[in-house]
Amino acid sequence: MNLLERVRTCRFKRMDFGTAEKIVEKLLFIAALSSTLIVFFIIAFMFKEGIPALALGWDFFFGMIWRPSHNQYGIFPLVVCTFIVGIGALVLAAVIGIPAAIYLAEYSPAWLRNIIKPCVEMLVGIPSIVLGFFGLIVIVSYIRDSFGGYGECILAGWIILAIMTLPHVISISEDSIRAVPKEYKEGSLALGATQLQTIKKVILPNARSGILAAMVLGMGNAIGETMAVLMVIGNPEIPFIPSSILDPVRVLTSTIVIEIPYAVWGSLHQQALFALGVVLFIVVAILNLITTAVVRKGAMR
Amino acid sequence: MSKIEVCGLNVYYEKGTVHALKEVNIEIESNKITALIGPSGCGKTTFLRALNRMNEVNDVMTKGKVIIDGKDIYNGGVDVIQLRKKVGMVFQQPNPFPMSIYDNVAYGPRIHGMRNKKLDMIVEESLKKAALWDEVHDRLEKNALKFSGGQQQRLCIARALAVNPEIILFDEPCSALDPISTSKVEDLLRALKKDYTIVIVTHNMQQAARVSDFTAFFLLGELIECGKTTQIFEKPKDKRTEDYVTGRFG
Repeated sequence: MNLLERVRTCRFKRMDFGTAEKIVEKLLFIAALSSTLIVFFIIAFMFKEGIPALALGWDFFFGMIWRPSHNQYGIFPLVVCTFIVGIGALVLAAVIGIPAAIYLAEYSPAWLRNIIKPCVEMLVGIPSIVLGFFGLIVIVSYIRDSFGGYGECILAGWIILAIMTLPHVISISEDSIRAVPKEYKEGSLALGATQLQTIKKVILPNARSGILAAMVLGMGNAIGETMAVLMVIGNPEIPFIPSSILDPVRVLTSTIVIEIPYAVWGSLHQQALFALGVVLFIVVAILNLITTAVVRKGAMR
Repeated sequence: MSKIEVCGLNVYYEKGTVHALKEVNIEIESNKITALIGPSGCGKTTFLRALNRMNEVNDVMTKGKVIIDGKDIYNGGVDVIQLRKKVGMVFQQPNPFPMSIYDNVAYGPRIHGMRNKKLDMIVEESLKKAALWDEVHDRLEKNALKFSGGQQQRLCIARALAVNPEIILFDEPCSALDPISTSKVEDLLRALKKDYTIVIVTHNMQQAARVSDFTAFFLLGELIECGKTTQIFEKPKDKRTEDYVTGRFG
């Protein structure tokens, strides 16, 4: 049998049905398994690399000084700054985002919503480096000119991160407001409640879990965000706990990016950076777990 | 004396492209039960919702007059809040808020500025009027969604009563209920007409025959015939009404 013929018969011969089924199933299984394996390996690797630094224990987690040149690896100021920046940005995003979501879901006429919604979604599409660049050129100089200081500071980080978090907060909150059954709304209006009373007493309490989930998710994003934040928060040589929102700060992510080039391969410094990654991972993972729990609790009710 | 007088009422949906109600004229009497019957999509629910301006929640255009106690409610001077307080509504699906029984009934009085002292009394009274007090008086703090559909619907009636309305609109209040709950709600309707004017939309002609004093038959957005319930069911003037009530279509 020549080759050509063999190829032809091979292609047209129908495979045994049962075997095909089994092979496909295995392939699907491998695909499904791959993401699990990847996550598992990354986590294992991070922990393995980070353990010597994590093993410093108290000095690592609650040490006040991070100075690799003196072999001091206390991450406490970094963690505090990370939360200050993350929570502040989130508050800012919530202050703008939740009212925006209420407006979009309850008040806005359809045509206006059709303009606002795509704009909000477009915000997600702006690459973080572009936002960071914008922040550095516009926001940082504005802060420097009007409030003094370096300009690169917590406030700038809040603004940039709030811009990045805003679309998530708006769209998830809006969805959860819309998900409140129309019957509740009508029931309230039919009793003579105003729209504002209805929103306050019936709609928001029922959308609460969704809005909360949006907040926690936004928090996770804000804390994990690197590029834009790195460009506007100043990153002082030795991180410290800030006393004013105009102080420059360093966060977990920016520290990793900045110091990787200087960390000697295999040194405690490099391991400490991996340990930072572990801390970051755990914080974000916890926030994600909270989100899931909140959403599930809301769904159960 | 007629409580509600409707003159030349037209309602349009979808930016005027769907003409849902066409030149409806009807008078609804005080302290009587008026049933609105007709096949699905005939406009009876739209008509009902026109009586407390609930159509405005959706994108709807209304023309004509609805005069309640001598005042046209579509006239600019009427406060929709006061109107809906006066004209209560009970919906097809029981829709208690996901809060306690007490808070559900107290919801209306509270938004109208009632403070805690008198609330207990109003809640008790309303629940009694809705024939629900005996079943729930020791569980007022329980979430309303834990109760059965029939109890939820009576709770919604109690909730509507709590703001002290004069007219109550029922939009197929029994369509989601079992026969026993249905008969309880029907008994309740009969008891309530002493104090309230009642308008009820129903799919169920036996129900209209059982509870109502007057019946209005709607078809394709038009009011075909309106009169005493006995007359509509026994000697309908219009051929279409006769076909409908004898079950030939619908």
